[in-house]
Amino acid sequence: MSETLTLAWRQYRLERRMFWRNPSAAFFNFLLPLLFLAGGGIILSGSQHDLDKLVPSIAAMSVMATTFTALAYNVVYLRERGVLKRVRGTPLPTVSYFGGLMANAVTNAALQIAIVVLAGRLLLGTGWPRDWAQLAVFTIAGVACLSALGVAFAHVIPNFESTAAYVNAVFLPVVFVSFYVFDSSSVPAFLRNIAEALPLKPLIDGFSAAFVSGSSLGDNLDALAIIALWGAFGCYFAVRGFSWESRS
Amino acid sequence: MSASATAAIEARGLCKRYGAFEAVRSIDITVKRGEVFGLLGPNGAGKTTTVEILEGYRRRSDGEVCVLGEDPARRSRALRQRIGIVLQAGGIYGHITPREALRHWASFYPRPRDVEEVLALAGLASQADMRSRRLSGGQLRRLDFALALVGDPELIFLDEPTTGFDPQARRDAWETVRKLREGGKTILLTTHYLDEAQELADRVAIIKDGRILAIGPPRDLGAGSAHYRVSYRTAEGELVERQTDDPTALLHELTGEALARGERLEELAVRRPTLEELYLELTADG
Repeated sequence: MSETLTLAWRQYRLERRMFWRNPSAAFFNFLLPLLFLAGGGIILSGSQHDLDKLVPSIAAMSVMATTFTALAYNVVYLRERGVLKRVRGTPLPTVSYFGGLMANAVTNAALQIAIVVLAGRLLLGTGWPRDWAQLAVFTIAGVACLSALGVAFAHVIPNFESTAAYVNAVFLPVVFVSFYVFDSSSVPAFLRNIAEALPLKPLIDGFSAAFVSGSSLGDNLDALAIIALWGAFGCYFAVRGFSWESRS
Repeated sequence: MSASATAAIEARGLCKRYGAFEAVRSIDITVKRGEVFGLLGPNGAGKTTTVEILEGYRRRSDGEVCVLGEDPARRSRALRQRIGIVLQAGGIYGHITPREALRHWASFYPRPRDVEEVLALAGLASQADMRSRRLSGGQLRRLDFALALVGDPELIFLDEPTTGFDPQARRDAWETVRKLREGGKTILLTTHYLDEAQELADRVAIIKDGRILAIGPPRDLGAGSAHYRVSYRTAEGELVERQTDDPTALLHELTGEALARGERLEELAVRRPTLEELYLELTADG
């Protein structure tokens, strides 16, 4: 058991090292959400109400980018390059390997939330989160759910060249519809229903409660339930559809 | 002690089916400890499928398999600590150096070899601190070797280890394999190069369409064939080669006829086929 943990820790440290050595990945992970935040901040400046909506939205999008998007990319890349197959031939336990990989994504998500919180506080005047415990609960739930979905989604992607197309075909519409429904009160019912059924909008709601409104976790259990359901769905297909081998 | 207890690899009636396609059709192999065993055959013969079953990557459809005393399909960690695998195509992280990769890999094993020693053995000492993405194809292949060796495995699988190598790199790889053999390692290697099998393997199995067509030491394989080749040049200057299982009778017939015609059989020769001739004959289509 302790050896499994030690090896997971070593894998995690290797993943961190590789992450920082890949400047484009680091850029997309950290700078892009900040740019969104800055851009949104400029457009919405003057309306604290709108800025209060911006911060939880960007925080949730960052979680999706660092877990769902990054893991889908990573798993397809590692699979198609043959790294997964090589690792499978070694005594490294599967749990340790994916533990390290996931922990890497979780670290990025946590760093991003910290950046968004700080930027919101310092640049946009949104104040510190009102409910740290709720922030932690939704961060953990969102990270777990979107990580599992990212790994599961990687199984759908046939080769590395098409990863961007596949990932954006999901990421952009989900972000768009979730932001839109969260922001606007006059949305067609069907669009609202779609957004509420997807995992991102409940995550934004949870963050919104934690950051801005301070409504209790008990009021947001339905949002948490939807995230948990997607998480279970993601876990099932992440494990079931897993392939160590290149498809092309 | 029975033969199976001392063998590194033992496969009996090994089969692998993909739907209606039979990739491996009842293969029997025994690889002794300390032996270099070559699986030789054209592309698509079933070499890689066979090796990947032995490595634990694929499940067999039928038959018995024992690798270092264990069933590889169970994928025990203990077994993977004792084997080293050089895949036909295995990727590596681009953003770490060979030294970092080897240190990381070494941590998976209970008694790893010294990283610097493995770097030297694989011929990567001067590239040890380069990012892997900047390594050439040949250097990456050496890294494949190094990663497979760092755990100090008893049994090493080499799947087409020198495909795409230039002649010097091939010689270097062969030298590495010989050193491993001298160190008492058991090696199962697949190749479609005859000279490689001849140079490295103690015993060779020629495989085609998922079946073993011939098995034995490379020197004896061609010689052990039933076919003798009798060749001579006719009075018209044409070189004739005939194959026979009974060279005595054929020679008697040929020389009798030649004497009756008052001709000489120039360049008359009787020989057994070489490994290359046997290979080409066995693996020819149709």
